[in-house]
Amino acid sequence: MYVAVKGGERAIDNAHRLLADTRRGDRAVPELTLDQISEQLALGVDRVMSEGSLYDRELAALAIKQARGDLIEAIFLVRAFRATLPRFGASEPVDTGAMAIQRRISSTFKDIPGGQILGPTFDYTHRLLDPQLAGSCDPAEPASAEASDAPTPRVTDILRQDGLIEDSPVAADDAPVGDLTREPLNFPADRDLRLQNLARADEGFLLALGYSTQRGYGRNHPFAGEIRFGEVDVYFEAEDAGFAVPLGSIALTECQMVNQFKGSATEAPRFTRGYGLAFGQSERKAMSMALVDRALRASELGEDVKAPAQDEEFVMSHSDNVQATGFVEHLKLPHYVDFQSELGLLRKLRADFEQAAPQMQEAAE
Amino acid sequence: MKTVQAESSDQAAKLPVARRQAAMAVLAACEAAAIDARLGDLGALPAFTMLREPEQGLVMLRGRVGGDGAAFNLGEATVSRAALRLASGEVGFGYTLGRDRTKARLIALCDALLQSAGHAAAIETQVIAPLRAELEARRLEKARQTAATKVDFYTLVRGEG
Repeated sequence: MYVAVKGGERAIDNAHRLLADTRRGDRAVPELTLDQISEQLALGVDRVMSEGSLYDRELAALAIKQARGDLIEAIFLVRAFRATLPRFGASEPVDTGAMAIQRRISSTFKDIPGGQILGPTFDYTHRLLDPQLAGSCDPAEPASAEASDAPTPRVTDILRQDGLIEDSPVAADDAPVGDLTREPLNFPADRDLRLQNLARADEGFLLALGYSTQRGYGRNHPFAGEIRFGEVDVYFEAEDAGFAVPLGSIALTECQMVNQFKGSATEAPRFTRGYGLAFGQSERKAMSMALVDRALRASELGEDVKAPAQDEEFVMSHSDNVQATGFVEHLKLPHYVDFQSELGLLRKLRADFEQAAPQMQEAAE
Repeated sequence: MKTVQAESSDQAAKLPVARRQAAMAVLAACEAAAIDARLGDLGALPAFTMLREPEQGLVMLRGRVGGDGAAFNLGEATVSRAALRLASGEVGFGYTLGRDRTKARLIALCDALLQSAGHAAAIETQVIAPLRAELEARRLEKARQTAATKVDFYTLVRGEG
Protein backbone atom coordinates (compact mmCIF):
# COMPACT_ATOMS: atom_id res chain seq x y z
CA MET A 1 0.00 0.00 0.00
CA TYR A 2 1.19 3.48 -0.73
CA VAL A 3 -0.74 6.72 -0.35
CA ALA A 4 -0.81 9.79 -2.55
CA VAL A 5 1.43 12.58 -1.40
CA LYS A 6 1.43 16.12 -2.69
CA GLY A 7 4.02 18.80 -2.69
CA GLY A 8 6.68 17.61 -5.13
CA GLU A 9 5.31 19.27 -8.29
CA ARG A 10 8.09 21.78 -8.82
CA ALA A 11 10.77 19.22 -8.07
CA ILE A 12 9.14 16.78 -10.48
CA ASP A 13 8.91 19.37 -13.27
CA ASN A 14 12.54 20.28 -12.82
CA ALA A 15 13.59 16.63 -12.66
CA HIS A 16 11.88 16.04 -16.03
CA ARG A 17 13.60 19.12 -17.49
CA LEU A 18 16.89 17.74 -16.26
CA LEU A 19 16.01 14.34 -17.74
CA ALA A 20 15.37 15.93 -21.15
CA ASP A 21 18.69 17.72 -21.01
CA THR A 22 20.56 14.62 -19.85
CA ARG A 23 18.87 12.57 -22.58
CA ARG A 24 20.19 14.97 -25.19
CA GLY A 25 23.67 14.78 -23.64
CA ASP A 26 26.59 16.82 -24.89
CA ARG A 27 25.23 19.29 -27.48
CA ALA A 28 28.52 19.05 -29.33
CA VAL A 29 27.61 15.45 -30.23
CA PRO A 30 25.10 15.15 -33.11
CA GLU A 31 21.59 14.14 -32.08
CA LEU A 32 20.40 10.60 -32.98
CA THR A 33 17.73 10.38 -35.65
CA LEU A 34 15.00 7.71 -35.60
CA ASP A 35 16.31 6.40 -38.93
CA GLN A 36 19.74 5.90 -37.40
CA ILE A 37 18.24 3.92 -34.52
CA SER A 38 16.00 1.90 -36.81
CA GLU A 39 18.82 1.11 -39.27
CA GLN A 40 21.85 0.75 -37.01
CA LEU A 41 20.34 -0.48 -33.74
CA ALA A 42 17.88 -2.66 -35.62
CA LEU A 43 17.91 -5.62 -33.23
CA GLY A 44 17.09 -3.36 -30.28
CA VAL A 45 14.17 -2.03 -32.31
CA ASP A 46 13.08 -5.62 -33.03
CA ARG A 47 13.14 -6.45 -29.33
CA VAL A 48 11.07 -3.39 -28.41
CA MET A 49 8.52 -4.30 -31.11
CA SER A 50 8.33 -7.92 -29.89
CA GLU A 51 7.97 -7.24 -26.20
CA GLY A 52 6.07 -3.98 -26.71
CA SER A 53 3.75 -6.23 -28.75
CA LEU A 54 3.45 -3.62 -31.49
CA TYR A 55 4.94 -3.87 -34.96
CA ASP A 56 5.99 -0.33 -35.86
CA ARG A 57 9.72 0.30 -36.37
CA GLU A 58 9.49 4.06 -36.20
CA LEU A 59 7.57 4.07 -32.91
CA ALA A 60 9.96 1.53 -31.39
CA ALA A 61 12.92 3.71 -32.46
CA LEU A 62 11.26 6.77 -30.93
CA ALA A 63 10.66 4.83 -27.72
CA ILE A 64 14.33 3.78 -27.56
CA LYS A 65 15.43 7.38 -28.05
CA GLN A 66 13.00 8.68 -25.43
CA ALA A 67 14.01 5.92 -22.99
CA ARG A 68 17.72 6.73 -23.43
CA GLY A 69 18.34 3.18 -24.62
CA ASP A 70 16.57 1.54 -21.66
CA LEU A 71 14.74 -1.14 -23.63
CA ILE A 72 12.29 -2.10 -20.88
CA GLU A 73 11.32 1.56 -20.46
CA ALA A 74 10.93 1.74 -24.27
CA ILE A 75 8.72 -1.38 -24.23
CA PHE A 76 6.62 0.28 -21.51
CA LEU A 77 6.20 3.39 -23.72
CA VAL A 78 5.15 1.30 -26.72
CA ARG A 79 2.61 -0.65 -24.65
CA ALA A 80 1.14 2.61 -23.38
CA PHE A 81 0.91 3.95 -26.94
CA ARG A 82 -1.04 0.94 -28.21
CA ALA A 83 -3.77 1.70 -25.70
CA THR A 84 -4.43 5.00 -27.53
CA LEU A 85 -5.52 3.44 -30.84
CA PRO A 86 -8.70 1.53 -31.76
CA ARG A 87 -8.33 -2.02 -33.01
CA PHE A 88 -9.68 -2.66 -36.51
CA GLY A 89 -9.60 -6.44 -36.07
CA ALA A 90 -7.24 -9.39 -36.44
CA SER A 91 -5.14 -10.41 -39.45
CA GLU A 92 -5.37 -13.71 -41.22
CA PRO A 93 -2.77 -16.03 -39.65
CA VAL A 94 0.55 -15.41 -41.42
CA ASP A 95 2.06 -18.22 -43.52
CA THR A 96 5.65 -18.66 -42.35
CA GLY A 97 6.08 -21.47 -44.92
CA ALA A 98 5.82 -18.80 -47.64
CA MET A 99 8.39 -16.53 -45.95
CA ALA A 100 10.81 -14.57 -48.16
CA ILE A 101 13.83 -16.15 -46.46
CA GLN A 102 16.79 -14.05 -45.31
CA ARG A 103 18.15 -16.71 -42.97
CA ARG A 104 17.27 -20.32 -42.47
CA ILE A 105 19.22 -22.99 -40.66
CA SER A 106 18.58 -26.47 -39.33
CA SER A 107 20.68 -28.32 -36.81
CA THR A 108 18.87 -31.60 -37.52
CA PHE A 109 19.42 -32.06 -41.26
CA LYS A 110 22.45 -31.00 -43.24
CA ASP A 111 20.70 -31.18 -46.58
CA ILE A 112 17.31 -29.55 -46.38
CA PRO A 113 15.33 -28.63 -49.49
CA GLY A 114 16.13 -24.98 -50.18
CA GLY A 115 19.42 -25.26 -48.31
CA GLN A 116 20.98 -23.80 -45.20
CA ILE A 117 21.10 -20.03 -45.56
CA LEU A 118 23.18 -18.14 -43.02
CA GLY A 119 22.03 -14.61 -43.80
CA PRO A 120 23.22 -11.71 -41.64
CA THR A 121 24.34 -13.50 -38.46
CA PHE A 122 26.68 -13.09 -35.49
CA ASP A 123 27.27 -16.86 -35.61
CA TYR A 124 30.87 -17.78 -36.44
CA THR A 125 32.09 -14.26 -35.68
CA HIS A 126 35.06 -14.22 -33.30
CA ARG A 127 33.41 -11.93 -30.76
CA LEU A 128 36.46 -9.70 -30.80
CA LEU A 129 35.75 -5.99 -30.56
CA ASP A 130 36.31 -4.38 -33.94
CA PRO A 131 38.30 -1.14 -33.58
CA GLN A 132 37.33 -0.18 -37.14
CA LEU A 133 33.76 0.39 -35.98
CA ALA A 134 35.01 2.98 -33.51
CA GLY A 135 35.48 5.31 -36.45
CA SER A 136 33.21 5.57 -39.45
CA CYS A 137 33.32 2.55 -41.68
CA ASP A 138 32.20 1.72 -45.15
CA PRO A 139 31.80 -2.07 -45.35
CA ALA A 140 32.29 -3.97 -48.58
CA GLU A 141 29.27 -4.58 -50.79
CA PRO A 142 27.60 -7.88 -49.85
CA ALA A 143 28.52 -10.85 -52.03
CA SER A 144 25.96 -11.84 -54.60
CA ALA A 145 24.91 -15.18 -56.06
CA GLU A 146 22.16 -16.43 -58.30
CA ALA A 147 18.85 -16.14 -56.48
CA SER A 148 17.01 -19.41 -56.08
CA ASP A 149 13.30 -19.99 -56.53
CA ALA A 150 13.50 -23.38 -54.81
CA PRO A 151 10.79 -23.76 -52.17
CA THR A 152 11.95 -23.77 -48.56
CA PRO A 153 9.50 -26.03 -46.73
CA ARG A 154 9.59 -26.05 -42.96
CA VAL A 155 11.73 -28.87 -41.58
CA THR A 156 8.78 -29.94 -39.44
CA ASP A 157 6.70 -30.37 -42.61
CA ILE A 158 9.35 -32.76 -43.94
CA LEU A 159 9.36 -34.80 -40.71
CA ARG A 160 5.59 -34.86 -40.71
CA GLN A 161 5.46 -36.52 -44.12
CA ASP A 162 7.01 -39.61 -42.55
CA GLY A 163 4.85 -39.38 -39.43
CA LEU A 164 8.00 -38.93 -37.34
CA ILE A 165 6.72 -35.81 -35.58
CA GLU A 166 3.41 -34.89 -34.01
CA ASP A 167 0.96 -32.70 -35.93
CA SER A 168 0.35 -29.15 -34.79
CA PRO A 169 -2.96 -28.76 -32.95
CA VAL A 170 -5.62 -27.46 -35.34
CA ALA A 171 -8.81 -25.47 -34.87
CA ALA A 172 -11.64 -24.33 -37.13
CA ASP A 173 -10.91 -21.09 -39.00
CA ASP A 174 -13.66 -19.29 -37.11
CA ALA A 175 -12.77 -20.74 -33.71
CA PRO A 176 -12.23 -17.97 -31.14
CA VAL A 177 -8.58 -17.12 -30.46
CA GLY A 178 -7.67 -16.28 -26.86
CA ASP A 179 -6.44 -12.74 -26.31
CA LEU A 180 -4.83 -11.86 -22.99
CA THR A 181 -5.04 -8.14 -23.80
CA ARG A 182 -8.82 -8.45 -23.70
CA GLU A 183 -9.64 -11.12 -21.11
CA PRO A 184 -7.98 -11.71 -17.74
CA LEU A 185 -5.70 -14.73 -17.63
CA ASN A 186 -7.08 -17.93 -16.11
CA PHE A 187 -5.25 -21.17 -15.45
CA PRO A 188 -4.89 -23.66 -16.93
CA ALA A 189 -4.34 -21.60 -20.09
CA ASP A 190 -4.63 -22.96 -23.63
CA ARG A 191 -1.69 -23.07 -26.02
CA ASP A 192 -2.86 -19.96 -27.94
CA LEU A 193 -2.78 -17.84 -24.77
CA ARG A 194 0.52 -19.36 -23.68
CA LEU A 195 2.13 -18.51 -27.03
CA GLN A 196 0.73 -14.96 -26.94
CA ASN A 197 2.14 -14.55 -23.44
CA LEU A 198 5.54 -15.92 -24.47
CA ALA A 199 5.65 -13.77 -27.61
CA ARG A 200 5.37 -10.65 -25.41
CA ALA A 201 7.57 -12.07 -22.67
CA ASP A 202 10.90 -10.66 -21.53
CA GLU A 203 13.72 -12.20 -23.54
CA GLY A 204 16.00 -12.50 -20.52
CA PHE A 205 13.34 -14.29 -18.49
CA LEU A 206 12.65 -16.78 -21.31
CA LEU A 207 16.36 -17.23 -21.96
CA ALA A 208 16.98 -18.17 -18.32
CA LEU A 209 14.00 -20.53 -18.23
CA GLY A 210 14.96 -22.14 -21.55
CA TYR A 211 18.52 -22.55 -20.26
CA SER A 212 17.21 -24.13 -17.07
CA THR A 213 15.42 -26.83 -19.10
CA GLN A 214 18.69 -27.64 -20.87
CA ARG A 215 20.47 -27.95 -17.52
CA GLY A 216 17.98 -30.52 -16.27
CA TYR A 217 15.10 -28.55 -14.75
CA GLY A 218 12.41 -30.06 -16.96
CA ARG A 219 14.75 -31.58 -19.52
CA ASN A 220 13.13 -32.27 -22.88
CA HIS A 221 16.05 -33.00 -25.25
CA PRO A 222 15.65 -30.27 -27.85
CA PHE A 223 17.10 -29.94 -31.33
CA ALA A 224 16.78 -26.71 -33.29
CA GLY A 225 14.78 -28.31 -36.10
CA GLU A 226 14.73 -25.02 -37.90
CA ILE A 227 15.21 -21.30 -37.38
CA ARG A 228 14.08 -18.98 -40.14
CA PHE A 229 14.01 -15.22 -40.49
CA GLY A 230 12.48 -13.18 -43.28
CA GLU A 231 9.42 -11.33 -44.46
CA VAL A 232 5.85 -12.61 -44.57
CA ASP A 233 2.84 -10.93 -46.16
CA VAL A 234 -0.02 -9.87 -43.91
CA TYR A 235 -3.65 -9.97 -45.04
CA PHE A 236 -6.60 -8.47 -43.25
CA GLU A 237 -10.21 -9.43 -43.97
CA ALA A 238 -11.55 -5.89 -44.37
CA GLU A 239 -15.28 -5.72 -43.70
CA ASP A 240 -15.78 -2.62 -45.81
CA ALA A 241 -13.84 -3.88 -48.84
CA GLY A 242 -15.41 -7.32 -48.57
CA PHE A 243 -12.18 -9.22 -49.19
CA ALA A 244 -8.76 -9.86 -47.62
CA VAL A 245 -6.67 -6.74 -48.26
CA PRO A 246 -2.86 -6.95 -48.21
CA LEU A 247 -1.39 -4.72 -45.50
CA GLY A 248 2.26 -5.14 -46.47
CA SER A 249 4.90 -7.44 -45.05
CA ILE A 250 6.51 -7.88 -41.64
CA ALA A 251 9.82 -9.43 -40.60
CA LEU A 252 9.53 -12.49 -38.34
CA THR A 253 11.82 -15.06 -36.75
CA GLU A 254 10.42 -18.55 -36.31
CA CYS A 255 11.95 -21.41 -34.34
CA GLN A 256 10.81 -25.03 -34.47
CA MET A 257 12.25 -27.09 -31.64
CA VAL A 258 12.13 -30.84 -32.15
CA ASN A 259 12.00 -32.70 -28.86
CA GLN A 260 12.06 -36.21 -27.54
CA PHE A 261 9.41 -38.74 -28.12
CA LYS A 262 6.01 -39.44 -26.87
CA GLY A 263 4.15 -42.62 -27.59
CA SER A 264 1.59 -44.88 -25.99
CA ALA A 265 0.25 -48.42 -26.20
CA THR A 266 -1.81 -47.36 -29.22
CA GLU A 267 0.44 -44.70 -30.78
CA ALA A 268 3.96 -45.12 -32.15
CA PRO A 269 6.55 -42.86 -30.56
CA ARG A 270 7.17 -39.59 -32.39
CA PHE A 271 9.03 -36.33 -31.92
CA THR A 272 7.22 -33.57 -30.06
CA ARG A 273 7.48 -29.87 -30.81
CA GLY A 274 8.01 -26.48 -29.21
CA TYR A 275 7.29 -23.30 -31.15
CA GLY A 276 8.70 -19.79 -31.11
CA LEU A 277 7.72 -16.75 -33.19
CA ALA A 278 8.88 -13.15 -32.73
CA PHE A 279 8.86 -9.84 -34.60
CA GLY A 280 12.02 -8.90 -36.48
CA GLN A 281 15.31 -10.76 -36.26
CA SER A 282 14.98 -12.06 -32.72
CA GLU A 283 16.64 -15.44 -32.78
CA ARG A 284 17.51 -15.83 -29.10
CA LYS A 285 13.96 -14.84 -28.20
CA ALA A 286 12.35 -17.26 -30.67
CA MET A 287 14.60 -20.14 -29.53
CA SER A 288 13.98 -19.47 -25.83
CA MET A 289 10.26 -19.18 -26.50
CA ALA A 290 10.23 -22.56 -28.26
CA LEU A 291 12.06 -24.23 -25.36
CA VAL A 292 9.63 -22.80 -22.82
CA ASP A 293 6.57 -23.54 -25.01
CA ARG A 294 7.64 -27.19 -25.07
CA ALA A 295 8.35 -27.23 -21.32
CA LEU A 296 4.87 -25.83 -20.63
CA ARG A 297 3.37 -28.81 -22.48
CA ALA A 298 4.64 -31.16 -19.76
CA SER A 299 1.27 -32.15 -18.32
CA GLU A 300 -0.32 -32.44 -21.79
CA LEU A 301 2.45 -34.91 -22.71
CA GLY A 302 2.24 -36.85 -19.44
CA GLU A 303 5.53 -35.57 -18.00
CA ASP A 304 6.06 -34.73 -14.34
CA VAL A 305 5.65 -31.02 -13.65
CA LYS A 306 8.56 -30.36 -11.32
CA ALA A 307 10.61 -27.51 -12.76
CA PRO A 308 9.86 -23.76 -12.93
CA ALA A 309 9.78 -23.73 -16.74
CA GLN A 310 6.99 -26.34 -16.70
CA ASP A 311 4.78 -24.37 -14.29
CA GLU A 312 2.50 -22.28 -16.49
CA GLU A 313 1.15 -20.13 -13.69
CA PHE A 314 4.68 -19.29 -12.57
CA VAL A 315 5.95 -18.65 -16.10
CA MET A 316 2.97 -16.71 -17.44
CA SER A 317 2.52 -14.60 -14.31
CA HIS A 318 6.13 -13.42 -14.29
CA SER A 319 7.08 -13.22 -17.97
CA ASP A 320 5.85 -9.71 -18.71
CA ASN A 321 8.58 -7.16 -18.04
CA VAL A 322 6.18 -4.20 -18.02
CA GLN A 323 4.13 -5.77 -15.23
CA ALA A 324 7.27 -6.93 -13.46
CA THR A 325 9.02 -3.58 -13.63
CA GLY A 326 5.84 -1.83 -12.53
CA PHE A 327 5.61 -3.90 -9.38
CA VAL A 328 9.30 -3.88 -8.56
CA GLU A 329 9.71 -0.17 -9.27
CA HIS A 330 6.58 0.85 -7.38
CA LEU A 331 8.69 0.24 -4.27
CA LYS A 332 10.26 3.62 -5.09
CA LEU A 333 6.96 5.40 -4.49
CA PRO A 334 6.23 6.87 -1.06
CA HIS A 335 5.26 4.19 1.46
CA TYR A 336 5.52 6.63 4.38
CA VAL A 337 2.29 5.63 6.16
CA ASP A 338 2.91 1.89 5.74
CA PHE A 339 6.42 2.33 7.03
CA GLN A 340 5.22 4.43 10.01
CA SER A 341 2.88 1.63 11.08
CA GLU A 342 5.66 -0.96 10.74
CA LEU A 343 7.95 1.32 12.70
CA GLY A 344 5.33 1.67 15.46
CA LEU A 345 4.85 -2.08 15.62
CA LEU A 346 8.59 -2.70 15.76
CA ARG A 347 9.04 -0.18 18.61
CA LYS A 348 6.27 -1.85 20.59
CA LEU A 349 7.80 -5.31 20.04
CA ARG A 350 11.20 -4.03 21.14
CA ALA A 351 9.70 -2.40 24.26
CA ASP A 352 7.95 -5.68 25.13
CA PHE A 353 11.24 -7.51 24.62
CA GLU A 354 13.16 -5.07 26.87
CA GLN A 355 10.50 -5.44 29.57
CA ALA A 356 10.54 -9.23 29.41
CA ALA A 357 14.34 -9.50 29.24
CA PRO A 358 15.22 -8.89 32.97
CA GLN A 359 12.53 -11.35 34.06
CA MET A 360 13.87 -13.94 31.63
CA GLN A 361 17.31 -13.41 33.07
CA GLU A 362 15.99 -13.85 36.61
CA ALA A 363 14.19 -17.02 35.61
CA ALA A 364 17.38 -18.38 34.07
CA GLU A 365 19.30 -17.67 37.27
CA MET B 1 -20.95 1.51 -43.57
CA LYS B 2 -23.64 -0.68 -45.09
CA THR B 3 -23.90 1.39 -48.25
CA VAL B 4 -20.14 1.26 -48.68
CA GLN B 5 -20.17 -2.50 -48.40
CA ALA B 6 -23.03 -2.94 -50.87
CA GLU B 7 -21.35 -0.72 -53.43
CA SER B 8 -18.02 -2.39 -53.02
CA SER B 9 -19.37 -5.87 -53.66
CA ASP B 10 -21.10 -4.41 -56.71
CA GLN B 11 -17.78 -2.99 -57.90
CA ALA B 12 -15.95 -6.18 -57.11
CA ALA B 13 -18.14 -7.95 -59.64
CA LYS B 14 -16.67 -5.73 -62.36
CA LEU B 15 -13.00 -6.16 -61.53
CA PRO B 16 -11.53 -9.40 -60.19
CA VAL B 17 -10.62 -9.05 -56.54
CA ALA B 18 -7.27 -10.70 -57.25
CA ARG B 19 -6.21 -7.77 -59.47
CA ARG B 20 -7.15 -5.25 -56.82
CA GLN B 21 -5.29 -7.28 -54.17
CA ALA B 22 -2.23 -7.52 -56.38
CA ALA B 23 -2.22 -3.74 -56.90
CA MET B 24 -2.79 -3.10 -53.18
CA ALA B 25 0.09 -5.42 -52.28
CA VAL B 26 2.45 -3.37 -54.46
CA LEU B 27 1.20 -0.06 -53.09
CA ALA B 28 1.34 -1.21 -49.45
CA ALA B 29 5.03 -2.03 -49.92
CA CYS B 30 5.86 1.45 -51.30
CA GLU B 31 6.42 4.81 -49.67
CA ALA B 32 3.60 7.36 -49.95
CA ALA B 33 5.92 9.78 -51.77
CA ALA B 34 6.66 7.20 -54.48
CA ILE B 35 2.94 6.54 -55.07
CA ASP B 36 2.19 10.26 -55.04
CA ALA B 37 4.91 10.99 -57.58
CA ARG B 38 3.57 8.33 -59.99
CA LEU B 39 0.00 9.56 -59.58
CA GLY B 40 1.21 13.11 -60.16
CA ASP B 41 2.55 12.09 -63.56
CA LEU B 42 -0.93 11.06 -64.67
CA GLY B 43 -2.17 14.65 -64.86
CA ALA B 44 -5.68 15.64 -63.76
CA LEU B 45 -7.45 12.97 -61.71
CA PRO B 46 -11.19 12.74 -61.17
CA ALA B 47 -12.75 14.30 -58.09
CA PHE B 48 -13.63 12.07 -55.16
CA THR B 49 -15.34 12.24 -51.80
CA MET B 50 -13.98 10.57 -48.70
CA LEU B 51 -16.20 7.80 -47.34
CA ARG B 52 -13.80 7.13 -44.50
CA GLU B 53 -11.36 9.85 -43.56
CA PRO B 54 -7.86 8.39 -43.26
CA GLU B 55 -7.44 6.98 -39.75
CA GLN B 56 -4.89 5.08 -37.69
CA GLY B 57 -5.61 1.95 -35.72
CA LEU B 58 -4.30 -1.47 -34.81
CA VAL B 59 -4.59 -4.93 -36.30
CA MET B 60 -3.81 -7.95 -34.16
CA LEU B 61 -1.31 -10.04 -36.11
CA ARG B 62 -1.86 -13.78 -35.90
CA GLY B 63 0.46 -16.70 -36.26
CA ARG B 64 -0.20 -20.44 -36.16
CA VAL B 65 0.95 -22.94 -33.54
CA GLY B 66 3.90 -24.75 -35.12
CA GLY B 67 3.54 -22.54 -38.21
CA ASP B 68 0.70 -24.67 -39.56
CA GLY B 69 -1.73 -25.24 -36.68
CA ALA B 70 -4.41 -23.32 -34.81
CA ALA B 71 -4.17 -19.51 -34.77
CA PHE B 72 -2.76 -17.49 -31.89
CA ASN B 73 -2.35 -13.75 -31.31
CA LEU B 74 1.26 -12.74 -31.85
CA GLY B 75 1.05 -8.99 -31.27
CA GLU B 76 -0.44 -5.90 -32.86
CA ALA B 77 0.68 -3.65 -35.71
CA THR B 78 -0.21 -0.07 -36.51
CA VAL B 79 -2.43 0.17 -39.60
CA SER B 80 -3.87 3.13 -41.50
CA ARG B 81 -7.00 2.98 -43.66
CA ALA B 82 -9.21 5.15 -45.81
CA ALA B 83 -12.12 4.79 -48.23
CA LEU B 84 -13.31 7.13 -50.97
CA ARG B 85 -15.71 7.33 -53.89
CA LEU B 86 -14.95 8.81 -57.29
CA ALA B 87 -17.47 11.19 -58.83
CA SER B 88 -18.16 8.37 -61.31
CA GLY B 89 -19.16 6.04 -58.43
CA GLU B 90 -16.19 3.68 -58.01
CA VAL B 91 -15.34 3.02 -54.36
CA GLY B 92 -11.73 2.46 -53.37
CA PHE B 93 -10.21 1.18 -50.14
CA GLY B 94 -6.75 1.83 -48.78
CA TYR B 95 -5.12 -0.24 -46.05
CA THR B 96 -1.48 -0.27 -45.06
CA LEU B 97 0.79 -1.16 -42.17
CA GLY B 98 2.11 1.90 -40.38
CA ARG B 99 0.74 5.31 -39.45
CA ASP B 100 0.92 7.07 -42.81
CA ARG B 101 -2.64 8.28 -43.41
CA THR B 102 -1.70 9.95 -46.70
CA LYS B 103 -0.51 6.59 -47.99
CA ALA B 104 -3.83 4.96 -47.03
CA ARG B 105 -5.69 7.66 -48.95
CA LEU B 106 -3.43 7.27 -52.00
CA ILE B 107 -3.96 3.50 -52.00
CA ALA B 108 -7.73 4.00 -51.78
CA LEU B 109 -7.54 6.44 -54.71
CA CYS B 110 -5.53 3.96 -56.81
CA ASP B 111 -7.98 1.18 -55.91
CA ALA B 112 -10.91 3.31 -57.06
CA LEU B 113 -9.17 4.42 -60.27
CA LEU B 114 -8.26 0.82 -61.05
CA GLN B 115 -11.96 0.02 -61.14
CA SER B 116 -12.77 2.93 -63.41
CA ALA B 117 -12.72 2.00 -67.09
CA GLY B 118 -11.21 5.34 -68.05
CA HIS B 119 -8.27 5.14 -65.65
CA ALA B 120 -7.55 1.45 -65.06
CA ALA B 121 -4.97 1.13 -67.84
CA ALA B 122 -3.06 4.24 -66.80
CA ILE B 123 -2.98 3.18 -63.15
CA GLU B 124 -1.86 -0.32 -64.06
CA THR B 125 0.87 0.70 -66.50
CA GLN B 126 2.10 4.04 -65.11
CA VAL B 127 1.70 3.54 -61.35
CA ILE B 128 1.50 -0.12 -60.37
CA ALA B 129 3.81 -1.63 -63.01
CA PRO B 130 6.80 0.69 -62.44
CA LEU B 131 6.43 0.49 -58.66
CA ARG B 132 6.24 -3.30 -58.92
CA ALA B 133 9.39 -3.31 -61.04
CA GLU B 134 11.23 -1.24 -58.42
CA LEU B 135 10.10 -3.58 -55.63
CA GLU B 136 11.05 -6.61 -57.67
CA ALA B 137 14.53 -5.21 -58.32
CA ARG B 138 15.03 -4.61 -54.60
CA ARG B 139 13.66 -8.05 -53.74
CA LEU B 140 15.97 -9.68 -56.27
CA GLU B 141 19.03 -7.83 -54.97
CA LYS B 142 18.23 -8.98 -51.44
CA ALA B 143 17.58 -12.54 -52.65
CA ARG B 144 20.98 -12.56 -54.43
CA GLN B 145 22.78 -11.34 -51.33
CA THR B 146 20.96 -13.96 -49.26
CA ALA B 147 21.77 -16.69 -51.78
CA ALA B 148 25.49 -15.88 -51.43
CA THR B 149 25.27 -17.00 -47.77
CA LYS B 150 23.91 -20.44 -48.64
CA VAL B 151 26.10 -23.23 -47.30
CA ASP B 152 27.53 -25.64 -49.87
CA PHE B 153 28.41 -28.74 -47.90
CA TYR B 154 30.94 -31.04 -49.44
CA THR B 155 31.95 -34.43 -48.14
CA LEU B 156 35.58 -35.10 -47.39
CA VAL B 157 36.70 -38.42 -48.79
CA ARG B 158 39.00 -40.31 -46.48
CA GLY B 159 42.18 -41.35 -48.19
CA GLU B 160 42.16 -45.09 -47.54
CA GLY B 161 42.32 -46.42 -51.08
